[in-house]
Amino acid sequence: MSVTDHAGIHPPYDWPDYGSTKWRAPRRPLVVLPENLTEVTGPLLGAERVGEWDHDLTRQHTGVPLGQRIVVHGRILDGDDRPIPDTLVEVWQANAAGRYDHAGDERPTAPLDPNFSGAGRTMTDADGRYRFVTVRPGAYPWKNHPNAWRPAHIHFSVFGRAFAQRLVTQMYFPDDPLFPYDPILASVPEAGRPRLVARFDLDATEPEWALAFQWDIVLRGLGATPFETPAP
Amino acid sequence: MTPPLTPAQTVGPFLSLGLAWPDGPYAVDPGAPGAVCIGGRLLDGNGDGVGDGLIETWQADPDGRFSRSSGARAEPGAFRGFGRCLTEATGGWEIVTLKPAPLPAPGGATEAPHLDVSVFARGLLHRLVTRIYFSDEETANAADPVLRSLPDDAARATLVAKANDGGYRIDIHLQGPDETVFFVL
Repeated sequence: MSVTDHAGIHPPYDWPDYGSTKWRAPRRPLVVLPENLTEVTGPLLGAERVGEWDHDLTRQHTGVPLGQRIVVHGRILDGDDRPIPDTLVEVWQANAAGRYDHAGDERPTAPLDPNFSGAGRTMTDADGRYRFVTVRPGAYPWKNHPNAWRPAHIHFSVFGRAFAQRLVTQMYFPDDPLFPYDPILASVPEAGRPRLVARFDLDATEPEWALAFQWDIVLRGLGATPFETPAP
Repeated sequence: MTPPLTPAQTVGPFLSLGLAWPDGPYAVDPGAPGAVCIGGRLLDGNGDGVGDGLIETWQADPDGRFSRSSGARAEPGAFRGFGRCLTEATGGWEIVTLKPAPLPAPGGATEAPHLDVSVFARGLLHRLVTRIYFSDEETANAADPVLRSLPDDAARATLVAKANDGGYRIDIHLQGPDETVFFVL
């Protein structure tokens, strides 16, 4: 098993139960990269990249998408529990029928929804908070093994403050019966799996409008002794 | 108490739905003075192109500074420092950028001009991190502490983009005899 991080938080690259790793997981040991200037800095991708309705996936078309309307919200934090403000959050997901609006998802058994594209983006606020409105994605079959189904999930991409903090992951919904059968979730060391599951949040629901789920993303901190140019 | 960190998961096969940016490959305007193309292919252990991958780059500018602007509505030619390119069906990718300056490193060392690179794809449960150096920086590369930390010249060579037709070419091999050096951060 290859090491992917110092703390054992992330999945290994080589995970035979997920067939696509076979020809893509590196075979040689990873080399430790020190945290120098390029690693402790990162892009500040601004709000001008975010359109008016990018945070509300239910309002990107003329009609209303089918499915259960939900709010998904939370905070982006770093390893020291500090919020990360003004950082770009990108999401993508299947529609309520479990179909992606993507040319590569050709299953005829699940319909596309002309009123749902399934992609969103937003910026965190000054307290590191993000909020999306969307529909709850459906589970969907895939060809990894016989009768394989992915639990419902939303893909998240976040930058944090530094290259070292870049993270792409998936948010799952509580109590999904497919959890025990999913090799992608199972690739995460067991203690970390609950970190990927959102919490039902009654307080954030909107009466007669939307259910709500809360999910925080915690990014690694930077080294205890960030590099500074020594005085001459 | 340090809160538990959020684990990574794969981008999956439909990453372009959420991560495609029309201006992604342009860390700088292609018409800007000094703009160069850095490109290559992303290849799997069979030597096949990875057609559902994403390459991201982050780097200093030619003066050794790091951009803090997105560039999306900055003045023409503004340098974003960040590039993002989805791979084509045959694994091809290309970033248009400026060649970075060398950077100071601890202990009085100097890092040769380089880009930090994240590789995402179906089948990668977490991003892979690598670097791109430049073949026309032999002296700087020989003194670079990260390159020097690698086991041999063959490993170092996997990180060095070759000058080619006014730009640079480098293939990223996920596996195989030419497997690229990948880093843990």
